[in-house]
Amino acid sequence: MTEEKKVVIKKLNSAKTIGKFMADYYYGLDHAAKTGEKKVAWCTSVGPAEILRAMDFDVYFPETHSAMIGATRMAADLIPKANAVGYSPDICSYLTADIGGYLEGVSPLAKAFEGIEGPPKPDVLVFNTNQCRDVQDWFSYYGREYNVPVVGVHSYKGVEEVEDAHIQSISEQMKEMIPTLEEVAGKKFDIDRLREVLALSRECSDLWKEVLDTGAAVPSPITFFDGTTLMGPAVVGRGTPETNEVYRILLAELKERVANGEGAVEDERYRIYWDGMPVWGRLSAHAKLFAGLKTNVLASTYCNSWIFSALDPAEPFESMARAYTELFIVRADEPKESYIKNMLDFFKVDGIIYHDAKTCPANTNCRYGMPQRLQEETGIPFLVINGDLNDLRLISDEQTKTNVEAFIEQLAESK
Amino acid sequence: MTGSSLFVGVDVGASRTKAAVLDAQKHLLGWAVEKSGIDFSATADRCLQTALQMAGADAAAVSKTFSTGYGRKNVSYSQDTRTEIGCHAKGCYHYFPFAITVIDIGGQDNKVIKLDDAGRRISFKMNRKCAAGTGAFLEEMSPRLDIPLEAMDDLARRSTDMVKLGSFCTVFSATEVLENIRNGRKVEDIVKGLFYSVIKRVMEMDAMTEKVVMTGGVVANNPYLVIMAEEILGRSILVPEHPHLTGAIGAALYAIEDIGETHR
Ligand code: SF4
Repeated sequence: MTEEKKVVIKKLNSAKTIGKFMADYYYGLDHAAKTGEKKVAWCTSVGPAEILRAMDFDVYFPETHSAMIGATRMAADLIPKANAVGYSPDICSYLTADIGGYLEGVSPLAKAFEGIEGPPKPDVLVFNTNQCRDVQDWFSYYGREYNVPVVGVHSYKGVEEVEDAHIQSISEQMKEMIPTLEEVAGKKFDIDRLREVLALSRECSDLWKEVLDTGAAVPSPITFFDGTTLMGPAVVGRGTPETNEVYRILLAELKERVANGEGAVEDERYRIYWDGMPVWGRLSAHAKLFAGLKTNVLASTYCNSWIFSALDPAEPFESMARAYTELFIVRADEPKESYIKNMLDFFKVDGIIYHDAKTCPANTNCRYGMPQRLQEETGIPFLVINGDLNDLRLISDEQTKTNVEAFIEQLAESK
Repeated sequence: MTGSSLFVGVDVGASRTKAAVLDAQKHLLGWAVEKSGIDFSATADRCLQTALQMAGADAAAVSKTFSTGYGRKNVSYSQDTRTEIGCHAKGCYHYFPFAITVIDIGGQDNKVIKLDDAGRRISFKMNRKCAAGTGAFLEEMSPRLDIPLEAMDDLARRSTDMVKLGSFCTVFSATEVLENIRNGRKVEDIVKGLFYSVIKRVMEMDAMTEKVVMTGGVVANNPYLVIMAEEILGRSILVPEHPHLTGAIGAALYAIEDIGETHR
């Protein structure tokens, strides 16, 4: 009988170090919120975390929390709770799952970390709409619930070229947040401290880029599915020396794999680029599905979105404005396409998978003909899978599997 | 490999299970179709027996079996699997060896597969999660209209004033159908409207190339769908001799090709 093959996923040793980093991070936040020893700021994942860090806030990221809700498959029960109070099932399922969890008083943090009941109570919320408008609504909800200030940056969308006018406007908006932040923090903003944080954040970005770039090796020592959890520190800890330390450890392990010709997937035959959000509740199922087909999904737009090479301590606000505006998600289709083309080339990719995430149009790039245009230009075939980041009710596992298997068959037949 | 070696393909679909027995020269010698039921494995066994009987052979003559379809992993005697997309493509190209667009209307999903003139897949699309426009849609509608599935094809042919249904969704379409019944529309006009929405939906999934092939059990049972599709497309459509068997035949063809190759 053609049984499902048992697939063993090779774990990285440094994943444990990163797991410990994340645990320390959440315990630190919990302590700060419970004792009031430090103020807690909530921030969007590609928001100006460096400013908050420089003002000594402990910084919490609701998106990471909601991804945990997704990964622990709690979302389908929680999303309807947010729907019931007026947040549509068609909007960001990070938002709906997270607000649902708040309404129900449940959190994956409570399951993962003994003694932590849930997210740390915020003293201030800081968003950046560079990724989408949903984050503003999401943060404003908590602003009302906790009765704390909400400040934010209203970014541009569909940016062709990043121009001086963009930089000026975004850096002004960042500066305008400072009086509120000073008031909440109870201390003065110090530009030199920001420069230090930026230097560390830039170093983090460079290290994270080096980590992801190891995927260009054949076979690749890393998978996209590894990347989605390994990136935790780059999201929640950038701007701290500890973060850079864990990435140095990770990088060393990956380089060793490359030197030994050791791939993350046994007998790697096909190399895939993933565009769009991960399906958090199916990370390990997808990792096994692809590994079983001797296929490594080894690079993605998603994991690369936490590379901020423009950060520069010499020009703190301007460089942050640039880094947070030149991001993929902020850009027009043309720069997006040339970005992906470079990635396909650099990572020696055989095929692209676009995840059409029902509730995240901002991070879904296959709805306006981009896959077809890129295939025409590069000859690299693509597959679109329909799904969602958190809402597993929008997923058909059987269809995903058949589509992926048929896609790999297609690649095999054309090799 | 001896001259009497046989190759079997089994396509365990969500609705029907099909088996095909081919010789090494790729001639179809026997086949079987049964409702998949709930015990896929037992159904696949029975289909093999029937198909072998028709071929006048016994199980010992079978060199290799590949399975495909929704229940492809449930076939106890199969040595390997291929996806239904691969198998329908291969089965169709066997009959029509040139660049084609394959439209397969299955019980649970629709596929549009494009092949180049060497039979290589260029692209494929499956319908999204929803089963609107698939065989399941017609199965859902038949009890609502109180007519057996088998009667639909004849009814649709008799229509003189087709009802147009506007909705994307099976549930909403059912409401529209009820509304049309209430308004006194004739059942044959409603059935033709259902056929039209099935055909439209699948033909909108991708651009059609010069030569179009239609397969699948829904087409086998309702050949009027092909005539309607030809009207929409404005040119003739190719249909293999056994449109419901192309997946099973494709699986058997993969089994033939696999002889001598190492397993993946
Ligand atoms: S980018 Fe997508 S997933 Fe992220 S917050 Fe916005 S809508 Fe949600």
